[in-house]
Amino acid sequence: MTDLTSLTIAEIGDGLAAKSFSAVELTEAYLSAIEAANDALNAYVAVTPDKARDMAKASDERLAKGEGGTLEGVPLGIKDLFATEGVHSQAGSHILDGFLPRYESTVTANLWADGAVMLGKLNMDEFAMGSSNETSYYGPVVSPWRAKGSNTDLVPGGSSGGSAAAVAANLCAGATATDTGGSIRQPAAFTGTVGIKPTYGRCSRWGIVAFASSLDQAGPIARTVKDAAIMLKSMASVDAKDSTSVDIAVPDYPAAIGESVKGLKIGVPKEYRVEGMPEEIEKLWQQGIDWYRDAGAEIVEVSLPHTKYALPAYYIVAPAEASSNLARYDGVRYGLRVDGDDIIGMYEKTRAAGFGREVKRRIMIGTYVLSAGYYDAYYLRAQKVRTLIKRDFEDVFAAGVDAILTPATPSAAFGIADQEMNSDPVKMYLNDVFTVTVNMAGLPGISVPAGLDTKGLPLGLQLIGRPFDEATLFKAGQVIEDAAGAFKPERWW
Amino acid sequence: MSVDLSTVKRVAHLARIKVTEEEAEGLRGELNTILGFVEQLQEVDVEGVEPMTSVAAMTLKMRADEITDGAKAADIVANAPLSEDNFFLVPKVVE
Repeated sequence: MTDLTSLTIAEIGDGLAAKSFSAVELTEAYLSAIEAANDALNAYVAVTPDKARDMAKASDERLAKGEGGTLEGVPLGIKDLFATEGVHSQAGSHILDGFLPRYESTVTANLWADGAVMLGKLNMDEFAMGSSNETSYYGPVVSPWRAKGSNTDLVPGGSSGGSAAAVAANLCAGATATDTGGSIRQPAAFTGTVGIKPTYGRCSRWGIVAFASSLDQAGPIARTVKDAAIMLKSMASVDAKDSTSVDIAVPDYPAAIGESVKGLKIGVPKEYRVEGMPEEIEKLWQQGIDWYRDAGAEIVEVSLPHTKYALPAYYIVAPAEASSNLARYDGVRYGLRVDGDDIIGMYEKTRAAGFGREVKRRIMIGTYVLSAGYYDAYYLRAQKVRTLIKRDFEDVFAAGVDAILTPATPSAAFGIADQEMNSDPVKMYLNDVFTVTVNMAGLPGISVPAGLDTKGLPLGLQLIGRPFDEATLFKAGQVIEDAAGAFKPERWW
Repeated sequence: MSVDLSTVKRVAHLARIKVTEEEAEGLRGELNTILGFVEQLQEVDVEGVEPMTSVAAMTLKMRADEITDGAKAADIVANAPLSEDNFFLVPKVVE
């Protein structure tokens, strides 16, 4: 029998329907794979074998009765940012030590209602703040990818580094992830996987630990464009518990795949040709343009003049919202508590011990830019710049462009404990230079593996779509996948 | 704009994070690097531009004013480091 963990979600559906294997057998194969790999990769912070076996058994029973859902028996990994009832949910942080939610996030509840099986919780940057998965209290995730002829450990990207690594290493069939500035698309690009951040409001944020509420969105990381489409269809919903979730029917995303892109207008923004961009990225981008031209799409140069201001504006808006959201971790209601002389002392010591360096840095920046006398100069100005960034996109879409093609990241994955990245926080932040504009404007963006660099490391291309037009991104993303093929790391772990 | 050590300590206190002298010094450098980076926003012409309040053009939804949830005191304190009779316990705040 073929290795069950190498099947895509679409293939799992076919295999279960044909009774080639059972959901329990499939889950056991994944649990064995995790057991064998997790010491080396550190992708999971908690594995839930008993729960997985129970859920798989229930899936087999439903399948026997012909009642299987769209994700019946599909073993998934869940980012530690999602509240899962009675199961480890700590956002990769020390300050949520021992927290076991008494409720389930809407996104995960949707997945379980469609028959999916939970394998466990996935490592991530603390509170989703990071681009390398090195800020996790549980230690860095090691990418399953290595450069040709090298034993150096590489980062899987972040913040959804555990999700991307687990999907790439066949430690789950697909994973949930979240994206505030690029946290789905950058790790997907670094690991040769597909990741989509849907339009703001497409997925309910209820039960997802908040980082920056006006930017956060959940989405899937999967091995193929089709698998990502199947997962997003299940994850997306309108939800009374999140007033920003949007009441628009969820389209049949998988059905959009395979449709022709003939006549589709693909925009190529000149401002994304940033200074110092490696030649390989430039070449990949051109390759993408050629693939679309060959597929019958129309390529047009477009201008998004405020692109360069998106990252600095983000580093005001996101920390400001984070400083407010993270005020709730005070040692009173959940998680860690360190005693002090009085209540203020208790707050200060708890937060000093419970938050890591990057989280403290961002809370401090957020507190500063919102403090008396600075609000107008920083936060208000950043929100005005954000209006301009969004207007840039609106102008391009109004001119008839259907999707915008850009590189996903300015480079391939770098090493763990990279000197240059760790000496300067802004260097690390620049990882999100191509992805962050999309969050600032609330648009959907997908990263699709498009090739390998000269060291044999994956690179991704990003497609940005109109609000709530994820279907076009799946349709167009498939063109890249068909042309580029699939990329899998060579197993060393 | 750049921050000095006393500003770092004041902001840390506002954020309720205890910092050592050494940490405050480190944070001063890091915060100034980030503030230097965001400085470029000053060159954008934002005259007459409305600040964004919502990424999607939507009116916040209203819901019927009725009780839909409740009686979960035990669930709410279940994760508290210290609680008694469904109350959170904190150090004394009034004499």
